[in-house]
Amino acid sequence: MSRLPGLFRTLREAGRTALVPFVTAGDPSFQGTVPLLHALVSAGADAIELGVPFSDPMADGPVIQRASERALGRGATLRQVLAWVQEFREKNRHTPIILMGYLNPVEAMGAERFAEAAATAGVDGVILVDLTPEESAHEVQMLHRFHLDPIFLLAPTSSPARVATVKRLGSGFVYYVSLRGITGAEQQDWDEVARRTARLRQELEMPVAVGFGIRDAATAGYLAAAGCDAVVIGSALVDRLAGARDDREAQEVAMEFLLPFSDVLSRHMGKRT
Amino acid sequence: MGQYHQPDEQGHFGPYGGRFVAETLVPALEELQDAYREALEDPAFLAEFHGELRQFVGRPNPLYHAARVSRDLGGAQIYLKREDLNHTGAHKINNAVGQALLARRMGKRRLIAETGAGQHGVATATVATRYGMECVVYMGEEDVRRQSSNVYRMRLLGAEVEVVTGGTRTLKDALNEALRDWVTHVDNTFYVIGTVAGPHPYPEMVRNFHRVIGEEARAQCLEQTGRLPDICVACVGGGSNAMGLFYPFIDEPSVRLVGVEAGGLGLGTGKHAAPLCTGRPGVLHGNRTYLMEDPDGQILATHSISAGLDYPGVGPEHAYLKDTGRAEYVVATDEEAMEAFHRLSRVEGIIPALESSHALACAFRLAPQMRSDQTILVSLSGRGDKDIHTVAAREGITL
Ligand SMILES: Cc1ncc(COP(=O)(O)O)c(C=O)c1O
Repeated sequence: MSRLPGLFRTLREAGRTALVPFVTAGDPSFQGTVPLLHALVSAGADAIELGVPFSDPMADGPVIQRASERALGRGATLRQVLAWVQEFREKNRHTPIILMGYLNPVEAMGAERFAEAAATAGVDGVILVDLTPEESAHEVQMLHRFHLDPIFLLAPTSSPARVATVKRLGSGFVYYVSLRGITGAEQQDWDEVARRTARLRQELEMPVAVGFGIRDAATAGYLAAAGCDAVVIGSALVDRLAGARDDREAQEVAMEFLLPFSDVLSRHMGKRT
Repeated sequence: MGQYHQPDEQGHFGPYGGRFVAETLVPALEELQDAYREALEDPAFLAEFHGELRQFVGRPNPLYHAARVSRDLGGAQIYLKREDLNHTGAHKINNAVGQALLARRMGKRRLIAETGAGQHGVATATVATRYGMECVVYMGEEDVRRQSSNVYRMRLLGAEVEVVTGGTRTLKDALNEALRDWVTHVDNTFYVIGTVAGPHPYPEMVRNFHRVIGEEARAQCLEQTGRLPDICVACVGGGSNAMGLFYPFIDEPSVRLVGVEAGGLGLGTGKHAAPLCTGRPGVLHGNRTYLMEDPDGQILATHSISAGLDYPGVGPEHAYLKDTGRAEYVVATDEEAMEAFHRLSRVEGIIPALESSHALACAFRLAPQMRSDQTILVSLSGRGDKDIHTVAAREGITL
């Protein structure tokens, strides 16, 4: 059963915005993946987006592309990613894990086998970047069968009709891609993001997470004040982790980088609209 | 045309095709699809397209009876559809003209493209200049090396060539990078995809801009031989010259359609680019189709002597034609393509592109098994000038 509805219920009661770091499974090291996930939780992560490496990550910027290439070079596979989630669950039963990746590895495993294996491992939600809602009937059915949340992306360019489709098919939350671009690109107009997110929350009646391009705690705080349900910190974190010399340093880097985010979100607690 | 009606409204060719992209691109694809539909119903658009094909591209190009090579082979008569005589030297310009006119109609001033052999990049750079647009071409580092003269041509034409260093540094990575550019500049930018792949509506649209190849060839064949060809042969990278040739023959059951993939060093070595012959269905670059992938669904590196065939996927319509049995897909190895390259150069006085040499190799294999009153129609998709460095290097010669 997905932990996401429970998480967002708790957060709503507390008036708090979720901190959701993104890391690529298998990077910056193979062995260090699970300890890093625990470190993210210690640093205040309310949920974790775990990137499933793919050879052709067409929606990702250079930082996540390189992380993906390194992870694949170390032998990371979808099966291995699920094994890591299972290992993480031995010590952590409460932090939701959302897999984020591309359709083809899932298709290669078979959507049904994947959904069953992911549910068994302890995954909560799945984002497949190149799976449009229109093409998703089979995958959505399989994910729902195993009580996983299919999470869709919406973008500044999405039409009202597409918002309605995502409302119908998606669950858990909706990932609002805060800019017209790839992961890690520069974002300027946070006011517009805040306005758009507020509108989407009403229309969707579902939590809205904002991601792509959030680099600092001030931005996260601004989005929290504007009512976003979650902020996703991806490229900025992955970039810092890439420089770590060993697993311990990667964990320290993650802690150091995320603590200000966690602080700012706590300070905004209860102030959310 | 008779019964064949593909794709459906959502771009599906049976289970293949469709639209698998990041959300940010969906509205751009919807806008493109609407604009394309409108353009098709506008006689002025079609008149301009065909006018440009005549005046700028140089169509119709000949269907040439390769009589000497046919006599040597002692079997079927081989006819070459001379796409190599088009302006810029390959079939790619047909589609580039079509998409650039569409871009202009949509008010987009910036064209982007991916390229492998550089022919599509050159074609896009050419039409961008022709219509006064900005142009950026993405090309893998490996292809920049082996097709350097085309890189220089693009720069001469005023295009910016972006060297792609991610992944395998070939066509598939150039495509990824072009998609990333498009996501980022979707308001003012038109992505000119160079083959019958990508998300809906590209496979259908690109096929339709190239169907002129088969339509001309069909009429020319009837005129010159009094009947339809027995076999149509074309090389298949993404599959655009093949779809252009095949499409007007799909409803003619007497005409065999044969697509030739890059056999590289041989299928047994794994070093090839033959997804239809060896791969399985999956999703890449916006559509479902046959792919070369590992058991985990990661896309494999490919190998071909010809940069234009060095791609792990293939247009979804070919996947459909394969499954339905309407077309057959075979391979020619690097070695066989080289032999065909030399043979056509020496016997007919035509230096073919290495891509097209794969189709020729197949035709040369089939012809001796056929009667001399039968015909094989081959898409000579491009000329070989761009490949002389590769061929020379293979023979130990530095130019
Ligand atoms: C001369 C020529 N033929 C064929 C191809 C392969 O493309 P397609 O299979 O789309 O025709 C290329 C691609 O660069 C080319 O330059």
